Amino acid sequence: MIEIEALVKRFDGFAAVDGVSLTVGRGAVLGFLGPNGAGKSTTMKMIAGFLAPTSGTARVCGIDVTADPLEAKRRIGYLPEGAPAYPDMTAGDFLEFIADVRGLKGAERRKCLADAIERVEIGPVLEQSIETLSKGFKRRVGLAQAILHDPPVLILDEPTDGLDPNQKHHVRQLIRAMAPAKAIVISTHILEEVEAICTRAAIIARGRVVADGEPLAGGGWRFGNLRAEPGRLEGVFRALTAETQA
Amino acid sequence: MIGFFRHAFVGTCAIFAREFRAYFATPVAYVFIVVFLAVSGLFTFYLGNLFDRGQADLRPFFSFHPWLYLVFMPAISMRLWAEERRSGTLELLMTLPVGLLGAVLGKFLAAWAFAGMALALTFPTWLTVAYLGDPDHGAIIAGYLGSLLMAGSYLAIGACLSAATKNQVVAFIAAVAVGFVFTVAGAPLVLDALSAWAPRVLIDAVASFSFLVRFQAIATGVLDARDLVFFVSFAATWLFANAVLVEIKKSG
Repeated sequence: MIEIEALVKRFDGFAAVDGVSLTVGRGAVLGFLGPNGAGKSTTMKMIAGFLAPTSGTARVCGIDVTADPLEAKRRIGYLPEGAPAYPDMTAGDFLEFIADVRGLKGAERRKCLADAIERVEIGPVLEQSIETLSKGFKRRVGLAQAILHDPPVLILDEPTDGLDPNQKHHVRQLIRAMAPAKAIVISTHILEEVEAICTRAAIIARGRVVADGEPLAGGGWRFGNLRAEPGRLEGVFRALTAETQA
Repeated sequence: MIGFFRHAFVGTCAIFAREFRAYFATPVAYVFIVVFLAVSGLFTFYLGNLFDRGQADLRPFFSFHPWLYLVFMPAISMRLWAEERRSGTLELLMTLPVGLLGAVLGKFLAAWAFAGMALALTFPTWLTVAYLGDPDHGAIIAGYLGSLLMAGSYLAIGACLSAATKNQVVAFIAAVAVGFVFTVAGAPLVLDALSAWAPRVLIDAVASFSFLVRFQAIATGVLDARDLVFFVSFAATWLFANAVLVEIKKSG
């Protein structure tokens, strides 16, 4: 449901993303791994339609995000890095605003709001202004915003960053629960997260996909000819990203 | 195509409503309105000598509006985009199914509606002259309409410059500076500096941008179609620049 072909983004001659091609189908959870500045966020911003690619195409449910941005954006739920939200608004008003912009009405709207609020468990803080919320709740409000319209495609930029272990566990459960019906891309620094929820992983360094890996049947992961035993993904990650950074 | 416009409109309405409410989420709106009304009254009755003139019209009231708006409108518009850029919510907003022009329009209309509300609250001045004499109400309505249009022009400048920076104070000062240039474009201060070397055509062109000159007629209640077209197209031009700036600044 997500098809990226030879995506390139240049900033003043510097290629932040340099020819990334990927496809993600329904039921797949793709983990973007990579050092800081590798181009993970920039790639996600292009899929979500925030940045225009310098060249290449990104399609969501068959819709080119540059050619028909509004139709593509309707099918995407996007959590930007840091889960930005309007600090003066209450969590409830914020979600109502998202529902307004997305044109949700009547019974469907009520169901969407109730489902999202229940899924991320923010019922108790709906009346609080977002600036007074803890980091964990803020992130959950951001997630609620992304899943509000039950989109077929989810792009989540570091969804568990800054959460405590319990909250991380909860967000991972949530992603796993939604996975069968959606195509999901998450970026993360946490390798155990990839092992916990992803069905595929792409290691990105210097704007390129240096390895595309899948879990092995007997446990562990395989990236090309590199194998990682269960819990040993870090060695592969370092081997792949260190040589490109040399 | 109809679907496209309907959806763009849905987003614009939602953004308008959010922005308008955002003014009242903090005490800023109330402080603004109180100070605006106080300064407006001060100008009208003290500097404008509304009573001593012995005429039942609102000319002293309207004639200070360009100066009033020069400072007050940037205070309304400065947060529109600068705040979104600082808090990172611009990325959220621009990945929702809203067209760029729709978002620009929604925000601008919210600021304009707020300014219109502040302007409407000056109605006691109108009641005062209506009580004391027999003013030309048509002229006063025309004055209010012209004033509202001019406020839109100041706001469009401010909204555009707000998209150029993450810093609201910078947005405010830049908007006052640019607003000042257009306010006094027809005044001797500017024209004398040009007349020594510039061709007549250029001088006339610069003078034609002057809010002060254009508003002089409006303050007396004369609404000329040319002035209306000027203010509407002036605001539209700045809003278009606003959209372009948001697009350019996204990657930086």
